[in-house]
Amino acid sequence: MNVHVNGKVMSLLADCSISTLIEQMDLMGKRVAVELNLDIVPKSEYLQTQLKEDDIVEIVHAIGGG
Amino acid sequence: MTDSKITIAGVEYGSRLLVGTGKYKDMTETAEAIAVSGAEIVTFAVRRTNLGQNADEPSLLDVISPEKYTLLPNTAACYTADDAVRTCRLARELLDGHDLVKLEVLGDEKTLFPNVVETLKAAKTLINDGFKVMVYTSDDPIIAKQLAEMGCVAVMPLAAPIGSGLGIRNPHNIRMILEDATVPIIVDAGVGTASDAAIVMELGCDGVLMNTAIAAAQKPVLMASAMKKAVEAGREAFCAGRMPRKMYASASSPIDGTFF
Repeated sequence: MNVHVNGKVMSLLADCSISTLIEQMDLMGKRVAVELNLDIVPKSEYLQTQLKEDDIVEIVHAIGGG
Repeated sequence: MTDSKITIAGVEYGSRLLVGTGKYKDMTETAEAIAVSGAEIVTFAVRRTNLGQNADEPSLLDVISPEKYTLLPNTAACYTADDAVRTCRLARELLDGHDLVKLEVLGDEKTLFPNVVETLKAAKTLINDGFKVMVYTSDDPIIAKQLAEMGCVAVMPLAAPIGSGLGIRNPHNIRMILEDATVPIIVDAGVGTASDAAIVMELGCDGVLMNTAIAAAQKPVLMASAMKKAVEAGREAFCAGRMPRKMYASASSPIDGTFF
């Protein structure tokens, strides 16, 4: 299935969770926050949150800024 | 000397200098400059993680740890209330529920002046959602008052455009804002060098927030040290109360007892 992650289309296996996506992106253990279709996904829900076709995911982190 | 500390949303801070983390050469310089500045509140931006990013690169929060500093996520690059609110919600999740944010909703890229209408809208939504909002705004005393009345925990007027280093362009407006202040007033943007920071504090502001003035100096770490001293000196001068200005000279040495 195709999912939009940070503005790019990613091909993922069916029944992929946020947790799997984070692992696939090498972001395990990193301080990130996830938004799925404009809603925040709490860390505690990464495992049980399944992605579906055309979902829009934003994964953000902290960077330098003023 | 006894001086009260700055209190923001019920928390006391020893340093009246707040600093950003943008525009530094690398993470080492960022960490060093911020440590030397003595700042306790440190701003950062929220952005997409790069796809395929090198997992070994240090992240900002490894260098500027939330255990050591009060982290203040900003909404830089947001031009609408909706984008700013989204950014704050992501930031709160990123920081495990920490809800102090720096709200800035910008008007255009050239001036980076605030879009005050969108700022008011975003502030209202965020406050209702439980955020503690420190708000970047214009130096308009009426808007500053409205933002405070609305429940913002600090009002942060600009002294000159963000990143311009032009100094305190309208000290009279800043004074007017201070006259009616019910929450901490922190000048955010415009400072170029140490004397500008001292002027902000001498005006009676509660604090000053800067990034480029330190990061874009030839020697950022040395400038961070200069800013720390300038903020302290300016604050002490404000508390001491300056002498009145006079048109003509007034000799410091007595006239009596001269032998010529």
